[in-house]
Amino acid sequence: MEVLSYLIPISLLLGGVGLVAFLYTVRSNQYDDPEGDARRILNKDWDDHPKP
Amino acid sequence: MTAALRPSISACPACVAAPGAQALAEQALHKDAQIALSLPTIHCSACISTVEKALAAVPGVRSARVNLTLRRATVEADPAIMPDQLVKVLEGAGYEAHELDAGTLSVTQNDRAGRDLLMRMAVAGFAMMNVMLLSVAVWSGATDATRDLFHWISAAIALPTLAFSGVPFYKSAWAALRARRLNMDVPIVLALVLALATSLWETALSGHHAYFDATVALVFFLLTGRYLDHRTRAIARSAAQELSALEVPRAIALRDGAEVQLPVAELRIGDLILVRPGGRMPVDGVIADGRSEIDRSLLTGETLPVFAEPGRAVSAGEVNLTGPLTIRATAVGRDTSLHRMADLVAIAESGRSRYTSLADSAAKLYAPGVHILSALSFLGWYLYSWDVRTALNIAAAVLIITCPCALGLAVPAVTTAASGRLFRKGMLIKDATALERLAQVDTVVFDKTGTLTAGTPELTNLSAHDGNDAAIAMALAQMSSHPLAVSLANAARAAGITPAKVDDLAEVPGYGTQGIWQGQRVRLGRAAWTGATPGAETTAWLAIGDAAPRAFTFTDRLRPGAANAVQHLMRQGKRVILMSGDTEPVVAALAARLGIAEWKADALPADKAARIAELQAEGQHVLMVGDGLNDTAALTAADVSISPASALDAARVASDIVLLGSDLEPIGDALTTAQSAIRRIKENFRIATWYNVIAVPVAVIGLATPLVAALAMSLSSITVSLNALRLK
Repeated sequence: MEVLSYLIPISLLLGGVGLVAFLYTVRSNQYDDPEGDARRILNKDWDDHPKP
Repeated sequence: MTAALRPSISACPACVAAPGAQALAEQALHKDAQIALSLPTIHCSACISTVEKALAAVPGVRSARVNLTLRRATVEADPAIMPDQLVKVLEGAGYEAHELDAGTLSVTQNDRAGRDLLMRMAVAGFAMMNVMLLSVAVWSGATDATRDLFHWISAAIALPTLAFSGVPFYKSAWAALRARRLNMDVPIVLALVLALATSLWETALSGHHAYFDATVALVFFLLTGRYLDHRTRAIARSAAQELSALEVPRAIALRDGAEVQLPVAELRIGDLILVRPGGRMPVDGVIADGRSEIDRSLLTGETLPVFAEPGRAVSAGEVNLTGPLTIRATAVGRDTSLHRMADLVAIAESGRSRYTSLADSAAKLYAPGVHILSALSFLGWYLYSWDVRTALNIAAAVLIITCPCALGLAVPAVTTAASGRLFRKGMLIKDATALERLAQVDTVVFDKTGTLTAGTPELTNLSAHDGNDAAIAMALAQMSSHPLAVSLANAARAAGITPAKVDDLAEVPGYGTQGIWQGQRVRLGRAAWTGATPGAETTAWLAIGDAAPRAFTFTDRLRPGAANAVQHLMRQGKRVILMSGDTEPVVAALAARLGIAEWKADALPADKAARIAELQAEGQHVLMVGDGLNDTAALTAADVSISPASALDAARVASDIVLLGSDLEPIGDALTTAQSAIRRIKENFRIATWYNVIAVPVAVIGLATPLVAALAMSLSSITVSLNALRLK
């Protein structure tokens, strides 16, 4: 059962990384326009090269 | 418009003395000010790129970004770029656009409350997943030290999570208890605290059952419901603010011979106020100077403009049409007729609040029921076993099992789906219970001017005139910005008529335009001025020399979708009534045109409200659709009300739903959507109840394990959310 002493911290850490990533997306306004972002992905603009 | 919307630039007296100061202040503001545009008609990915490209192509625009959810574009541009310019560009690209005040919008962009809820929800979600992982190990057979360790780790995660994520519930429950009331949050908080306390106790005694997973899941599901609810309302609120940002409460006063721009609130009785053509009267007053015509349709519903000359009384809210007017204020602020009508609204408002939402009535049944049930099971088990530990455990299990997860999601999940659907069709649900009230509607009352009709006149008898008359009329009409003249000129242009050559063209404010054609005096204007006898219809008369004047008759143009909306409602079996302050022949003609059997003309604002009260007394549920100040009392008196975006601010505030586009067609769909939404809400309540009916006895007899609690909770929440998504 010693493996638990690695696995539990690792699972908590991975979850924590997910949480931090989510908080980052909230703070950088990535949920302001869900509808528009869903459509933008189908947009053909900047398919060939990134937006300057 | 930009200058006017920016607050207090020119309100300082010094700016008047030094006009340059205003220009400077203007520029300084423009430097890092963004331009916000409302785009009510965008709906697709092609729209996004067309709009962004069109805006970016304007020289001086640095960046343009469209927000499809809010139907808005944010533009960063050089100070030299004026919003009007961008609006024209977008109109050229085929999109309706309106400028918005960036100051008002910044308030809604940083939605603190929403972000706060989202953070708490995220933390609860994170904690729930981790605690669940540990719980799965316990459920699948971890024992002794391992189980205790897992329980302790769960406690270490759950305690700080509940301290952070549960704050909205603690606050709300505390507020309710202080007011000596019970709301949905009181049993929630009780369940959380009790479950946490017994679980900690069990863990300390290395017991078998701990409810850390259930408490965290409970908080997560409830926060989800609350966030959905908040988001729907936040979108509606920000869109409502958008509409308010389009109106300007300013007036030009003459003080010591100089023109001063003042906020309407600073006007005093006796002030001389200049109202330009197209401007709205800011106060009640008497005309001191100038001749013009006044459009009173927003106050009274009359379509025919009224002649205005010195000595005539005007009321706040009327629109000046042709010539500049100077008025002497006789009543300002709260004493104006506009505000007296708003008071009528306040009276009607007190009747409205009687409506109890489905969620509230469910909570009223639920909260005491749960408390009694859990107290009884505690007592029963205590008397049976004389063991506080077992009794407390079972009481906590009952509270957790009956948790209102599904109840908390039942309403918000459906209203979010329904409001989203209606918002995409161009309807803004301002009030939380509007959908429920809309679903009950069986009678629809329409206002005429500005609601069923667009408020713009349409020439009806162009073909009845010979080409010569039409050409002269067109030449005269092109001179004026009077709505009838503009409509006449447009109709003539559409018919391919070239204007006749008329010399010495001049507009006589309040009367019409005149000129010289082939040596003869020609006039286009009011009946009395051209020597004609006035009829009932809206008419502009053309007099050529001394010949008998020719009549150009107009009808009010129907709003797009008006005929379809009325038909749609009638097909659904609704009783449709037309009520207008306009004269009888006009109202009768429109009723016949739309096939409305019941109509009422010459209705005063109080009449409209009284008629609605009468209908309600007969047991009808009334939907009122109106736009004018004369409708506000009726809008508030009705069970539910809709106003178009072009309505007066007061009317929009009084109504529950605002139509964002100019089309009336969505009204019919709104009723169907509301009805199916209510069906879903009731189904959701039924589902939640069935879960409780099955799970509660299991908990009361002491068979509920944390696994059963977790399953019941998750399953009911998921079924309820999925059911909401079925909304058609």
